[in-house]
Amino acid sequence: MGKLIVSLSPHAHGRQSIERNMYGVIIALMPAMLASFYFFGLGSVIVTATSVAACCFFEWAICKYILKKKENTLLDGSAVITGLLLAFNLPSNLPIWIILIGALFAIGVAKMTFGGLGNNIFNPALVGRAALLVAFPAQMTTWPKIGQWDTYLDAETGATPLSIINWAIRSGDASILEQLPSSFDLFLGNHSGGAGAMGEICALALLFGLAFMLYEKIITWHIPVSILGTAFVFSGLLHLASPVYPDPMSVLLTGGIMLGAIFMATDYVTSPMTPKGQIIYGVAIGFLTIVIRNWGSYPEGMSFAILIMNAFTPLINNYVKPKRFGEVPAKQ
Amino acid sequence: MNIKTFSIGGIHPDENKLTHEAVTQKAALPKQAIFPLSQHIGAPAKPVVQKGDKVKVGTLIAEAGGFVSAPIYSSVSGTVFKIDTAIDATGYRKPVIIINVEGDEWEECIDRSDKLETVEAHPELTPEDIINRVKEAGVTGMGGAGFPTFIKLTPPPTAKAECVIINAVECEPYITADFRLMMEKADEILVGLELLMIAAKVTTGYIGIEINKPAAIELLTKKCAEKFGGSKYNVEVVPLKQRYPQGGEKQLVDAVIQRQVPAPPAIPVNVGAIVQNVGTAFAVYEAVMKHKPLFERYTTVTGKLLQKPGNFLVRMGTPMQDLIDACGGMPEGDNKLLAGGPMMGKALTSTEVPICKGTNSVTIISGEEARRKEPQPCIRCAKCVLVCPMGLEPYLLAKLSEVKNWDRCEHEDIVNCIECGSCQFTCPAYRPLLDNIRQGKAIVMGIIRSRAAKN
Amino acid sequence: MNFILIAVIVLGAIGLIAAVVLFAASKKFAVFEDPRIAQVSELLPGANCGGCGFPGCSGMADALVKGADAGSLDGLMCPVGGTETMGKVADLLGMAIANTEPMVAVVRCNGTCEHRAKIAEYAGLRTCAAMNACGAGETACGFGCLGCGDCVEACQFGAISINPETGIPEVDDEKCTSCGACVKACPRNIIELRKKGPKGRRVFVSCVNKDKGAVAMKVCAVSCIGCGKCEKECNFGAITVENNVAYIDFTKCRLCRKCVTVCPRHAIRDVNFPTPAPAPKPKEERKEEKA
Repeated sequence: MGKLIVSLSPHAHGRQSIERNMYGVIIALMPAMLASFYFFGLGSVIVTATSVAACCFFEWAICKYILKKKENTLLDGSAVITGLLLAFNLPSNLPIWIILIGALFAIGVAKMTFGGLGNNIFNPALVGRAALLVAFPAQMTTWPKIGQWDTYLDAETGATPLSIINWAIRSGDASILEQLPSSFDLFLGNHSGGAGAMGEICALALLFGLAFMLYEKIITWHIPVSILGTAFVFSGLLHLASPVYPDPMSVLLTGGIMLGAIFMATDYVTSPMTPKGQIIYGVAIGFLTIVIRNWGSYPEGMSFAILIMNAFTPLINNYVKPKRFGEVPAKQ
Repeated sequence: MNIKTFSIGGIHPDENKLTHEAVTQKAALPKQAIFPLSQHIGAPAKPVVQKGDKVKVGTLIAEAGGFVSAPIYSSVSGTVFKIDTAIDATGYRKPVIIINVEGDEWEECIDRSDKLETVEAHPELTPEDIINRVKEAGVTGMGGAGFPTFIKLTPPPTAKAECVIINAVECEPYITADFRLMMEKADEILVGLELLMIAAKVTTGYIGIEINKPAAIELLTKKCAEKFGGSKYNVEVVPLKQRYPQGGEKQLVDAVIQRQVPAPPAIPVNVGAIVQNVGTAFAVYEAVMKHKPLFERYTTVTGKLLQKPGNFLVRMGTPMQDLIDACGGMPEGDNKLLAGGPMMGKALTSTEVPICKGTNSVTIISGEEARRKEPQPCIRCAKCVLVCPMGLEPYLLAKLSEVKNWDRCEHEDIVNCIECGSCQFTCPAYRPLLDNIRQGKAIVMGIIRSRAAKN
Repeated sequence: MNFILIAVIVLGAIGLIAAVVLFAASKKFAVFEDPRIAQVSELLPGANCGGCGFPGCSGMADALVKGADAGSLDGLMCPVGGTETMGKVADLLGMAIANTEPMVAVVRCNGTCEHRAKIAEYAGLRTCAAMNACGAGETACGFGCLGCGDCVEACQFGAISINPETGIPEVDDEKCTSCGACVKACPRNIIELRKKGPKGRRVFVSCVNKDKGAVAMKVCAVSCIGCGKCEKECNFGAITVENNVAYIDFTKCRLCRKCVTVCPRHAIRDVNFPTPAPAPKPKEERKEEKA
């Protein structure tokens, strides 16, 4: 007879694993990736490939040579996700050397300095994007137009829907908003004149990703619904107050709010651990995004809203506790 | 129809009810029966026999060692070989009584017939009679915990019992002993429930069964209607959603009567419910009506690698090796031997450990399934928080226990943990959450006890 | 010029007001602390190991000053600083100190991988506390060292480490400060603080197995079976056998090592002696002696 194995209970394990969750997120990002290839062509392929490759390389190298860890964490899939999400925040005509700097910031500064997967406070992709935005404001705010199949660095750029909204609010002229594409076009990504970041462009693709992740129970509904719901309600109230503010559907479908609500804010490590906490987090992000968009100097508020709330996550975790069994008074 | 279930958390492990249809067989008598003196919660029993004494089936071999304790009766006839130490389910050597088996002679007072004795035929039985007989017969919780039943039937003065809930849920994978008991001894179980209701002085009873046992639900519903319909008793069979840990007594009370037992030291009777395992109800029937003390039980012997897994009516004291041999022998290679199911069972270092009062199953898991993967850092996915049935935060409690921050552990309600294992089952990073929490809980409970003792 | 003058006056005024407020607050809310406590704290090593039994060096300084006022420093000893530090503290406080013996942590188990057969494989969390809760461990001895290193984790001075060949922890005499952290960490109470002894020599029973002799013999090759030969041999009454295991009282032991010679299991160990203990005389010689 062989040896008897002992340990304390439980002696069984479910099907959950880090790889399954990470690869599930990557699959959920595929529709958005294909949409960005379709709308932005060669540029988007180059930017995505560079970003993913750079993030993976930096994670592998830092793990092996600087941290000297026993097992390289490259294979758990989180570096690939950071690479994809960083790429989806960038314009498709960004030069390679800038992407490499962004990847180095995202993985090296935002993730590895804190101790690797599970220990970072801020979302790595967003930190990378924020760093690039501050360091290279010109390159990071010129957005190529859609439909240019084989251009990369020399793509023609145009105004994004968000910049149109910004212009309308600043000038106080509601008629500028008529230049916005229809909601239907925004949904599918057909911004004929305008443009945007690679991953933000097609709301439909992002929603496929959301449906997949909810089905596989990778994320729960609390964060996306509370962010989009709050943004919708708040921008709706503003729109009713004054026509210079865009209608809530346009607000939800422009810029990075869908990408952020579905993929960036739901990042495990940087979001709160309880459903109640997640709703508070989501409501605050929705609110802050609209505030920064309408009254801040940047047209896009999502990244900064999420980064600000990332800082509050430990506080939310400390004070918002799940409902304990037995707190409910006996029903008669 | 809305199927009832408990309010918070829960998981769905694979069922693996391999022995669902296997009719119970009588296990062969062992050559030597081993009786650990500590088979229940409370003080170990004290031996009343010595080497060389002759015993029959049903002879008292150890008396209760204190108030919270239970006597032990011989399940075999033969000669006491020695009073020694042997490895029991705790993994340590503990005092045991070893009896060499000779023949199968029973004590005369035990009624061995199959006749169903009803309460109507014995109107003289008072609640005190029932509780005394249960106490003398050494009946303890058969669901695994082993709490002496007579104490549960006498609630403290601050609590008033309103109903008896029979736990026939059997939510752990693999185990089918309770199911087979219900299919084969339904009438006796209902008489047992009636006796429990008389002893607890209540007229409301519930039987909670998971919906993966439709045959049992149907059978018991029919028999309940026949027996209790129109009587002063109000007995309901409650089908429950298949979810682990529905069989935990707090979760069962929550699902059946929608009342949540508050944090320890509160117990189910503080919200009016007395919970008893269905095997205990059967043992109560046998103890009171058949004058049969507790010495045999229904046990499932199962595992994917066993040739012939089955359900057995086994005399306590039988070494597990005998049962495993009856199922085709221990499988090749390294395996895990569990007393109980895969979620809350105890891993054993020896196959000679005997079947005790709380051994509802012997489960064998193959080496590959048994070995744990290397733990990875916590990715803060919060899945453990979602599944915890007590509304706790396992990732936090495990971390606090690791860094030995006992004050904060207590503040975060670590003593509420029922050690069900849902968190560790779910964790994608394979972190040993329950191992850490269990340690922290034991230390915090010790701190609370010593603080209470000082005051 | 005007602006500069205004700025200087305004800032100067703010500074003055702030200074007055702070001065008043420091006087009103001042907490009186005996200045000796700070002086004693300076002399203590500052490791905050808790070996003295007080919470940190400041707790010890507090206790020392209170002890000085009460008239005696008995029972107060800093194991890290040792007699040197205690001497300086006593001089500062104008007291005399009692001479305490230096102690060292001793691991009383010799159940190495060679001596104890493995009967099971442990696949859970690798800490001694968890393994202890799971059962006897990977061997059949329910009292012996589990080798997962909870004691190593607990030691702040790096004085104890697991020997990879034997699987048992070993204490570095030089680094051990007898703070007692490893003693508390061991779930089986295998580690004990014993007298360091002259030139670091000490004799102890390297087993805590309380099983009956016949069982203890099967689980480990060098276990104590409670036969009592050592107890009979000791001329100083230092050895007692209780619960099937022998124990040497270090206050009475004179390091003669007769017990080491006579133990049939080689369960008694002598440490830091220049020569090994004499081997037991063969049986024929002894019979002749008796005759």
